[in-house]
Amino acid sequence: MSHIKPENAAQLEEAIQWVLSQEETMEIIGSGSKRKLGRSVKADHQLDVSALTGITLYEPEELVLSARAGTSLMEIQEELAKHNQYMAFEPMDYGPLLKGKADAGTIGGMIACNLSGPRRLKAGAARDHFLGFSGVSGRGETFKSGGRVVKNVTGYDLMKLMAGSYGTLAVMSDITIKVLPAPPEEKSYVLYELSDEEANRAMSVALNSSCEVSSAAHIPQIISNKLTQEAEERAMTLFRLEGHGPSIAYRVDKLASILVDFGQGSLVADPESRSLWQKLRDAEVLSKSEERSIWRISLPPAQGNAFMGCLKFNEQAEYYYDWAGGLIWLSLTGDHNASLLRDKLKSVGGHATLVRSAIGVEDAENPQQPLEPGEHALMKRIKDNFDPKAILNPGRLYADL
Amino acid sequence: MKMPDPDRSIMARRDEIAETLREIVPGEGVILSDRELQVYESDGLTAYRQPPLMAVLPQTVEQVSQVLAYCHAEGVKVVPRGSGTSLSGGALPLADAILLCMGKFNQVIEVDYDNRCAVVQPGVTNLGITKAVESKGFYYAPDPSSQIACSIGGNVAENAGGVHCLKYGLTTNNLLGIEMVLIDGTVLRFGGKHLDSPGYDLLGLMTGSEGLLGVVTEVTVRILPQPETARALLLGFSSSESAGDCVAAIISEGIVPGGMEMMDKPAIEAAEAFVNAGYPLDVEALLIVELDGPQAEVDYLIAQVSRISKKCGAVTSRISQNEDERQLFWAGRKAAFPAVGRLTPDYYCMDGTIPRNKLPLVLKRMREMSEHYGLRVANVFHAGDGNLHPLIMYDANNPGELEKAEDFGSDILKLCVEVGGVLTGEHGVGVEKRDLMPEMFNEIDLKQQLRVKCAFDSKALLNPGKVFPELHRCAELGRMHIHKGKLPFPDIPRF
Repeated sequence: MSHIKPENAAQLEEAIQWVLSQEETMEIIGSGSKRKLGRSVKADHQLDVSALTGITLYEPEELVLSARAGTSLMEIQEELAKHNQYMAFEPMDYGPLLKGKADAGTIGGMIACNLSGPRRLKAGAARDHFLGFSGVSGRGETFKSGGRVVKNVTGYDLMKLMAGSYGTLAVMSDITIKVLPAPPEEKSYVLYELSDEEANRAMSVALNSSCEVSSAAHIPQIISNKLTQEAEERAMTLFRLEGHGPSIAYRVDKLASILVDFGQGSLVADPESRSLWQKLRDAEVLSKSEERSIWRISLPPAQGNAFMGCLKFNEQAEYYYDWAGGLIWLSLTGDHNASLLRDKLKSVGGHATLVRSAIGVEDAENPQQPLEPGEHALMKRIKDNFDPKAILNPGRLYADL
Repeated sequence: MKMPDPDRSIMARRDEIAETLREIVPGEGVILSDRELQVYESDGLTAYRQPPLMAVLPQTVEQVSQVLAYCHAEGVKVVPRGSGTSLSGGALPLADAILLCMGKFNQVIEVDYDNRCAVVQPGVTNLGITKAVESKGFYYAPDPSSQIACSIGGNVAENAGGVHCLKYGLTTNNLLGIEMVLIDGTVLRFGGKHLDSPGYDLLGLMTGSEGLLGVVTEVTVRILPQPETARALLLGFSSSESAGDCVAAIISEGIVPGGMEMMDKPAIEAAEAFVNAGYPLDVEALLIVELDGPQAEVDYLIAQVSRISKKCGAVTSRISQNEDERQLFWAGRKAAFPAVGRLTPDYYCMDGTIPRNKLPLVLKRMREMSEHYGLRVANVFHAGDGNLHPLIMYDANNPGELEKAEDFGSDILKLCVEVGGVLTGEHGVGVEKRDLMPEMFNEIDLKQQLRVKCAFDSKALLNPGKVFPELHRCAELGRMHIHKGKLPFPDIPRF
């Protein structure tokens, strides 16, 4: 196996053409921070895009940034911060959860895995901010799609295909995203000691109000002290309010009055608020124990607690709700829960992803939820049209994708 | 505009095809008479007209599936149509294709407030969704100017925008799920009420695919709580440069307005003469900046924007004091198209997007083109997101003037691409901009897009002749050109 590290887009194309001509396969990596996510790849070569670096365009007043695929997210975030801007979709950092380094990800990996964070409720995911790219398909051809403007319906939206494709369709060399002004302040309104059911309702009430809550999460009692480091364990339901000072002050009052039936809350200001949401974003509050497997369950927000309620887990189950109930991070002992979780999801809709297996357990066949046959067949046809010889990250998403 | 040659053998089988389709969609579901088909011969781009082979109006997903499966088996082309408001000819019929009209799919199936979404049939109008949820204080955010008539199915096909895109996104950012039917009759569902899905994002790919990949039969959209309040500023500038600077300054200060619209002098004059909105007539550019959200936020930001606009040299500035006044500010902008229509027998509405800071350059070049072609042009501009709508005024009764208007339009769109923008921001490629696609994409780019089409519709039966300038057979597109024996490249670091 060789490790190929192109230094520019032309070399990237050459490298892929070469592997294609050898009738071999390759694993695509940037910093490798999410290598353990999903199915592992067994390939003849490793194509490392981490030398394709650098921000190539950043016009703050145009809200647009372009960078080469291997550019580190840290570098991009630092550059954005200089102009009080950010990536509103708040890409999570899988590093800590996957036992890797923190802050190691690249923009290419961020798009390939369609990352998002607690602000997904309001701001969407990477896919929603991805304006254009250039890359090389599994046919060894360099192509581009999209552009540098937000409003663009010229041709198919291939950005959507690339976001979340885990490098199975093409290897991106250049990426353009929309950036936004960062809110100058944030505060979190916190309610205590609600049951899961009460919390789910409270989050619905808050999200359905005009208070512009940008994130809402509920942390049950048993893991609450991992979030706050306080000795006392009590369930916490958090509502994030971001924006200009006068607006936040006004919305805090309004939210407190709307939620008065759920008790009297308290207010967490910066920088604690930011730190809490970062921990929730990166699932840092779940046990680090290696005997545990970690699941990410996406479902209709209002069904969050009902879904958890109908699962009869042992007492070691750790979990919390983000996205107002629409995202459940769940830590369980053992790996043999896939069919149980996915069967229960059938009635409410959604999907369960195995983010990390317990140690000693073999790779799961399907970390991502299996698809309906018609949908799977269509995706396979798309894969065949981008990468007919299946040379790019073979089997990364599913056995044949 | 040359459309693909009609298939005479299909046209000769018209009666037989109609008979079979009547078995699938009984009653009045198949329309054949010339008089009735006239209604369908064009969409919102009225310069192109073509009656379809026949129109078919299914009522159930099962019928859509059977109609498509039959057409697939028999090699009959299909053009899907919602309300027919496309401004790019996306729903233009073909002589040898059935027109699949989704108008009978007009029901709101479910509103789920707890999950902040509505499940609707594709023929429900854009505004119809908001109407269905506004009593509970919700709305559907994307608001294309045709929202009273355009269908949500068409919005999905075109990835429709509107004036609030910068803050609230396009259709694609406001969809949670769809049900669709492939040309072979397979019914698929992507997404649902949850926020993301495993595998490739086919919901995102379908959005804006202009009816070339499948027929949407159900849509789940996000609905949002209505903002507590909204206020607008009406700002006049002595040049488009200073108006553009003001837009950039507002964004640089971290403010993302709900809407930010610019009009140039000809558009201001036309709008003012039409609706008497009180627009200043002695300015070169007018900016409407709308702030929406909680009361305290709006009051705070209005003051900030007012301050910024003074710094940027606004020569007139008015702040709406009540809802009526805010509506009045918008009245002129919203009536800009019909207002320009009063000045000219015909007008041609373009739809490019440019990096915002290129606006002064683009306007200057457009004035030069206007002189060159001897045709007037008025501009309205979604200033927040760079989407430009030049309205080219012409008279179709003057021989050659339509062609001149189209050439002028092409030149404008080429200019948009030249300065780093795109051919179409929200109207779609359709037939109108089909032949301009090579301005933006090279042959490899276009072939890769066509391969996506092959994955969905390998016989190219769905909406052919739209979007892509050249048709290629999927077998040809699938061929690989592998350069065997080429040496591994010594320049690339390997270890």
